Amino acid sequence: MLSVRQLTKVYEGGVVALRDVTFDVPRGQFLAIIGLSGSGKSTLLRCINRLVEPTAGQIVWGDLDITAAPQEDLRRIRRRIGMVFQHFNLVHRSSVLTNVLAGRLGYVSPAWSLVNRFPAADVEKAMRQLDRVGIADKARQRADELSGGQQQRVGVARALMQDPEIILADEPVASLDPVLAHSIMQYLEKINDEDGVTVLCSLHFLDLVHRYADRAIALNEGRLVFDGPPKEIDDRRFKEIYGKDAERVG
Amino acid sequence: MKPSAPTGWRKILRSVLIGLAVIAGIVIYAYGFQVTKVNLDEARSERRQTQLIRILRALAQPDIVVFSQEQVTLSAPFYMPCPPVPPQQRELNPRQPYMLVTPSCIEPGGKVVVEAFHLDPNADATIFLVPNKDVKLRLSSLSTDASGHLRTEVELPERSSETEQAITVVTEQSVGRPRLSRSAIDTWDKIIETVFLALLATTLGTLIAVPLSFLAARNLMKGITITPLGLALSILAAPIGLTVGAWAASRLAGWTISVSSSPIVSLSGAIVGPGLAWIAARWALPPVEEAPPSPALRWARTGAMLAAAVAAVIGVVCLGQILIQAGGWLESLLPSVSFLGKFVGDLGDIVQILLTAVLGLAAAGLLASLSGKLARSMTEGLPTAALRLSQLVISALAGAVLLALIGAAVDWFYQIKDPKLTLYGPAAVGAILGMATSLRYGKRDAIPIGLAVYYLSRTIFNGLRAIEALIMAVVFVVWVGIGPFAGVLALSLHSIAAMAKLYSEQVESILPGPLEAITATGATRMQTIIYAVIPQIIPPYISFTMYRWDINVRMSTIIGFAGGGGIGFLLFQNINLLNYRAASVQMLAIAIVVASMDYLSSALRERVV
Repeated sequence: MLSVRQLTKVYEGGVVALRDVTFDVPRGQFLAIIGLSGSGKSTLLRCINRLVEPTAGQIVWGDLDITAAPQEDLRRIRRRIGMVFQHFNLVHRSSVLTNVLAGRLGYVSPAWSLVNRFPAADVEKAMRQLDRVGIADKARQRADELSGGQQQRVGVARALMQDPEIILADEPVASLDPVLAHSIMQYLEKINDEDGVTVLCSLHFLDLVHRYADRAIALNEGRLVFDGPPKEIDDRRFKEIYGKDAERVG
Repeated sequence: MKPSAPTGWRKILRSVLIGLAVIAGIVIYAYGFQVTKVNLDEARSERRQTQLIRILRALAQPDIVVFSQEQVTLSAPFYMPCPPVPPQQRELNPRQPYMLVTPSCIEPGGKVVVEAFHLDPNADATIFLVPNKDVKLRLSSLSTDASGHLRTEVELPERSSETEQAITVVTEQSVGRPRLSRSAIDTWDKIIETVFLALLATTLGTLIAVPLSFLAARNLMKGITITPLGLALSILAAPIGLTVGAWAASRLAGWTISVSSSPIVSLSGAIVGPGLAWIAARWALPPVEEAPPSPALRWARTGAMLAAAVAAVIGVVCLGQILIQAGGWLESLLPSVSFLGKFVGDLGDIVQILLTAVLGLAAAGLLASLSGKLARSMTEGLPTAALRLSQLVISALAGAVLLALIGAAVDWFYQIKDPKLTLYGPAAVGAILGMATSLRYGKRDAIPIGLAVYYLSRTIFNGLRAIEALIMAVVFVVWVGIGPFAGVLALSLHSIAAMAKLYSEQVESILPGPLEAITATGATRMQTIIYAVIPQIIPPYISFTMYRWDINVRMSTIIGFAGGGGIGFLLFQNINLLNYRAASVQMLAIAIVVASMDYLSSALRERVV
């Protein structure tokens, strides 16, 4: 169980990204986070693994207080939370395999990984993950030689290397065409179903939310404005989330 | 009021302003002409122009090749006065140099036309009248024309004789194949020295600038913060670590050197030491750590790491010894390549010198990070009042130590030798400042130490960069003597400052995405740098290093002006001796090397980037 309590984030310069956001995510849930661009979805996801330091509030995961963890414990927390990004965030000039192996950095000894040494078991595991997302043959290629869909699969494989209990996906399919979008979402769904990994996924398209999510929460200007099953998002709710002038597409 | 009135005024105002700006511009340039002493009359004067032409012509004829010179004497029989029987016409070979005198006999005091053919072009020639073989009267001196032809009318002295006299033309002729001139050979030696000077300076500069550049990168340093207590403890711990580490290293190195005088001992030390260190490190640093280790295990590991460090030091010192010994042996065995032996020996020496510094810094870093941990456990373990008090005391101590160290540095420079001013005073001020800082910050406040380091290193780099390498060379010449080594050191120092800044700007412009992604996997800061930063900066780093080599080649051509070796020394000397043809050779060599470096570096950059 992941509990977010009264989470508030004020950026330097006074921009309030999150106001008093409170919700719980039970283990194994597929949670969609929706809202306009700039509504605080990315900040919320980044607060959970503290890529962004929350200004106030608390995030509790099981018996761990993530918000109060010192740097050293944070490493142990982060390594169990995989993250998938809109722009994939691969290291372009490194090989696909190295990018996937980077998912193990939280586990391997810092000293040995400095000289690019990973245990043989990790390399094997990385090849298995690449096989799972269907691009094992690309392992030795440079990451930027891959197409967008393939790059995102590398991103998913990297997150899987962490043996995650949670995956944070920040608009994982916003840069992909609809066919690729579904294929990536299906990987996330499979990980959620088969491995019981909790998935927090911010999404733009409501049809994806309806198709994949168990539950949706919506943010508007940093406030939580909806929390419930996706099918409850009717026209009135839609206007509450996206504003009066919004129209549904797709 | 009409609405157009303000615009009319504005228009006038604008015209006035533009007029003022033009006048100001004229004044600025007029003053510029005055202070830079623009003098057109001097430039037009005939005396200056002839000098200029002479120098330009000398520069246009670089003294690259020379020929062996041989004196060639052409001779033609001559009668004065004309004999009763006219002299016979000589047989002439029109392919060889030959000369004609017309007419071939005259009455005393007349004039003849002397012509010579197939001499060297533009060669100096002297015409003599040779009445008999012991007398030689100079008639005229002149030069041959561009085709090696010479024609002049000479007036003859009144030296009549019944017998045959001769008129001769004596020239210096080039013979044999062209040889490189002395200045060309010297230039070749020095240009090689220059290229290697630049290579060494670039290598040294790069090696030091790369790690420093991370300190001057805002995006990497921004997030590093420290608690007030941690900072105070680190300030106390770092000097202790530095001193202890350097002392231990030099003691250990001294002991190792004393026992490893024979090559067998040092060789086995160089093999066994690192081997032991490797085994100990393997045990102390397990490849994968699932759970935090117990305190006992932690201590055992610390012990193992210390043992590994000792073994590594012994191994490295032995390696240095073996290199020095091998160098001496190589030098005596192969005198023709003794520079290789000397290089190996010097490497050993460098390894041993660096060891002390590296270990001192490592120990300082280690103690500082340990003090960070101590600060954390104090913050969590101690009751608030006790924590506040200890923070106050430790901060006061840290401030005192910091300012006392600064005072010692000031004393070293200015030789004040008054402990009240350089020790007690600063320490007291430091203690007060430390306490004030401690009261100002709460126990969990984050002091942006990373940004402080960022600004400090930026300032140092900018300051160093502002000092020309030529001026640095002056200082290094005093330290290591006139010669290319001083130039290497000066250019290295300048390269460090310049490249650390350029590199750090590259680090700042990397994509933040991968950095974020790698941090999210739970990587440490070092791992993030290795896996997310370094792959992104390799191409620009290579490109900047090539560019810097290019710059260093150019700089090393003038570093000799200040005694820093290289071709500049020769160039400077020749210009001062007004030997412009030799200077021209050096300028040509510089131009060729710089242009080919330019081409080479851009070609290489294209390939790697």
